[in-house]
Amino acid sequence: MRNKRALFAVPYVGWMALFVLAPIVMVVIYAFSAASGGFTLDNFARMGTYAVVFARSFKLALIATAVCLLVGYPVAYMISREGPRFQRIAMMLVMLPMWMNFLLRTYSWMSILENTGLLNRFFSAVGLIGLVNRLCGTDLAYFPMINTQGAVVLGMVYNYLPFMILPIYSVIEKLDGSLLEAARDLGANSARVFLRVILPLSLPGVLSGVTMVFVPSVSTFAISKLLGGSNELLLGDLIEQQFLGTAYNPYLGSAIALVMMVIVVVCMAVMNRFGEGEEQAVML
Amino acid sequence: MKKSFATLLALTMVLTLCLTGCGGGGGKRVVNVCGWGENIDEDLIRQFEEETGIHVNYQTAESNETMYSLIKQGGADYDVIVPSDYMIAQMISEGLLEKLDYSNIPNFDLIDSQYKNLSYDPQNEYTVPYTWGTLGIIYNSTMVDEEITSWSALFDPKYAGQVGMIGNPRDAVGAALLYLGYSVNTTSEDEIRQAYQLIADAKANGIYQGFFMDQLYDKMEAGETAICAYYAGDFLSMHDNNPDLRYVVPDEGSNWFVDAMCVLAGAEHKAEAEEWINFICRTESCLANMDFIWYASPNQEALASYPAYYEKNNGEALDPALYQIMAAPADVLERCEVYQNLPAGTLALYSELWVELGIE
Repeated sequence: MRNKRALFAVPYVGWMALFVLAPIVMVVIYAFSAASGGFTLDNFARMGTYAVVFARSFKLALIATAVCLLVGYPVAYMISREGPRFQRIAMMLVMLPMWMNFLLRTYSWMSILENTGLLNRFFSAVGLIGLVNRLCGTDLAYFPMINTQGAVVLGMVYNYLPFMILPIYSVIEKLDGSLLEAARDLGANSARVFLRVILPLSLPGVLSGVTMVFVPSVSTFAISKLLGGSNELLLGDLIEQQFLGTAYNPYLGSAIALVMMVIVVVCMAVMNRFGEGEEQAVML
Repeated sequence: MKKSFATLLALTMVLTLCLTGCGGGGGKRVVNVCGWGENIDEDLIRQFEEETGIHVNYQTAESNETMYSLIKQGGADYDVIVPSDYMIAQMISEGLLEKLDYSNIPNFDLIDSQYKNLSYDPQNEYTVPYTWGTLGIIYNSTMVDEEITSWSALFDPKYAGQVGMIGNPRDAVGAALLYLGYSVNTTSEDEIRQAYQLIADAKANGIYQGFFMDQLYDKMEAGETAICAYYAGDFLSMHDNNPDLRYVVPDEGSNWFVDAMCVLAGAEHKAEAEEWINFICRTESCLANMDFIWYASPNQEALASYPAYYEKNNGEALDPALYQIMAAPADVLERCEVYQNLPAGTLALYSELWVELGIE
């Protein structure tokens, strides 16, 4: 009986082997090959040059993940406390932006954040820019927002926030109500109930949220191109350049991708250690 | 890595093609074309399909480099591609292109001889020119007080925060080389490093908003960016939406480029490909195309009669100044150089410096 059911997994396993495992194996092979063929470690020897890019990408992705968590957790918590009708609508609203193409959404942020963009026009219309100039003695015609690291982080937060809210929400929403009642019966006030019961129990959701925000953030290239003005390379840009840019060096590109993957996997493993014991929902 | 995936994809596509071919009984004729986005009047595709019954799969690539890597990875099943001069030279040297049978392309005779036998294809065995144009400076006359005539505008601290630098190394470093009085085709490491340093310093001094390509359409039209370096044909599209924009080929000279149609080595539909190329070379096709994409055609008759064609279609005369930008006159072209393919070592230097620029 068990074995028969396992048959249903065959298409999935085949799919994963072909489109997940095989590409990773190829990345590994390429990373250790020279353009002329044969084994080499040269691709990794050049990695030191890119340390700044690694550091920058991880820094921005960490900030974005932290902001997503700070914003996403309360939102998920509040939604899960409401009635079912509100929950359905709220969930739809959270996912609404994802019905539109990722690049289009990011492109529109470009026109929102530009010096002559919507936000700056709004700020100057309501006199905010003039006010700041008078208070701080500055002489700004606009707030510089586009083509900065801040804009890149904003782009990451905007695009990946739903991936933080959804897993946290689904964990909190399924919490056993009797546990909360028991805590209250035993004399815990609501802050204590949250800190000692809800928060620890929602940790698996937090961990999967963190993973789902951090991983795409660290490897993004479209966001830094559109909102960062390509001023500062991120890992994704660097890898993209090796495959589609002037450089055309898939060997180096694979090596960078491999190093990035290893670092990310190590980070995730360490983090999952934290949440040991309640990791049913943790995905890596 | 991508190769096997691409091969698989290609196999599936070929299989589907075979199957549909068999199913159709007669075997439908097909040609796969790859060009830049927004670089063809799509009515031409329909017209060609109606006339010949050959189905056109038109695909686009973002840049010469993207097209090159797609082909190099072996996943592209294009028959006709339309790369630029320097990339053509590189592809010929790597044996990626097929020699053309010009007896199948009688309209090749309509092409002005000044666009034949250029350095990228000296015997003219592989290519048929598609469009040509110049690289220049585009600026917004309401945001810039002076009349710009020099590449120095891209490196001048007085324009801090207003310049959108072009986002590809060949053109960006090319502009810096020209400003320094060097050739865009130099292989001297010292000269290239000086040019790179000029850009790196300008970036460090906050002159650039960023490094952009097609985002420049929006940014220039909206008055977000005051100055940028871009291509003449694209300037004309931008000018359509913002008449305050100006275009200049700087005094130091510039690059003039030719994009040409080529057939990939081992292309499956070579006969159809040549039929397509011949169709595109027709004067009427060239006129329609010019009217749509604003890039000058190498077809002598089409280029000369374009102002009349424009007037007939739009009911107003074409501004001669705009026509001069589209079809740069001889004295401007004299100042300009065609990009040549650089040796591998120089190309590697370009990409290494370009990455360095992004790291700093």
